Amino acid sequence: MLRGFGNWLDETFTTEDTELHRGHMRTSLLLLSLFAFAVIFAGAQATSIPTSSQITPEDLVKHLKSGTSDPPLLFQVGSHVLYAQAHIPRSEYLGAASTPAGLDQLRKRVASVSKKQFIVLYCGCCPWTRCPNEKPALDALQSLGFTNVKVLYIADNFGTDWVQKGYPTEKGE
Amino acid sequence: MRPQVKWALALIIAVAAIVGFYSLRRHAPVSGTTGARAKAVAPDFTLPKLDGTQLSLSSYRGKVVLLDFWATWCVPCREEIPRFVEMQQKYGDRGLQIIGVSMDDSPDPVRPFYQQFRMNYPVVMGTAATGEAYGGVLGLPIAFLIDRDGRIVTRHMGATDPAVFETDVQKVLGTP
Repeated sequence: MLRGFGNWLDETFTTEDTELHRGHMRTSLLLLSLFAFAVIFAGAQATSIPTSSQITPEDLVKHLKSGTSDPPLLFQVGSHVLYAQAHIPRSEYLGAASTPAGLDQLRKRVASVSKKQFIVLYCGCCPWTRCPNEKPALDALQSLGFTNVKVLYIADNFGTDWVQKGYPTEKGE
Repeated sequence: MRPQVKWALALIIAVAAIVGFYSLRRHAPVSGTTGARAKAVAPDFTLPKLDGTQLSLSSYRGKVVLLDFWATWCVPCREEIPRFVEMQQKYGDRGLQIIGVSMDDSPDPVRPFYQQFRMNYPVVMGTAATGEAYGGVLGLPIAFLIDRDGRIVTRHMGATDPAVFETDVQKVLGTP
């Protein structure tokens, strides 16, 4: 297949492979490379939370049901209207962490919390790759020195990946 | 053509193809028509607009309503707004009325957003009760297309291809 592709390139480009064409080729290659890097970089931004800082819904449910003596603090960092409809039991609503007000609320809440405390952040407003709240919340806690913070990996949204799977849910303020 | 250039071109095209596929897949519409709720009567609500006056859904009976649950900080929601503004402009005369239901915590960030995006349709502040009435708004954006009789025709969850919205709207509006 590669040989066929090579032949096609030869047929397309060798007939008039002048200096001018080579110059155009170099420019095109540079532009293509820049485009590819830009797209890859944009994708990396959206999914830049390392897997070591993630926890899956299955694992969180197991952990919560294990009866551990050190349960995590659970913070919802998305929308209050979504929280009021359904949230993880014992979780607290702290505001959208993509906003300064939400981040302030988060910082205030953890002001007197041990830096070793297990904290789970979640949002579920949007698909994982598009959520604007989880990464700023994680960054804020890590910059404050918290060492045991996980972000709940919600692939599509809280309804699909938590509520509809029958995981524990509460309603209300 | 030099073999190095040939291989570099092949590599770049392959990378671009993979990246393009991934990108399209990531932005693919996560939309569809609800089963049980399709053609159900759209739950009525009365909610405050950004200027404090009240808006009732039932007062739009006779129009085709596109009800968009969104938030100012929601990236896919923000991307859809300019398209909705265009659609309101294009199909308003034929009976389309878009209504935004903001799921922001307060109207404070919504007001400047409304001006900045030159929104030309009303926005109300949503509540948990409204979300629950519509089957639970537990992810954004979610849009419901409601026909002139007040029945839900389609429900689109997540970022949706604008062409899909336009096709649906044209279908429900009927022949001009």
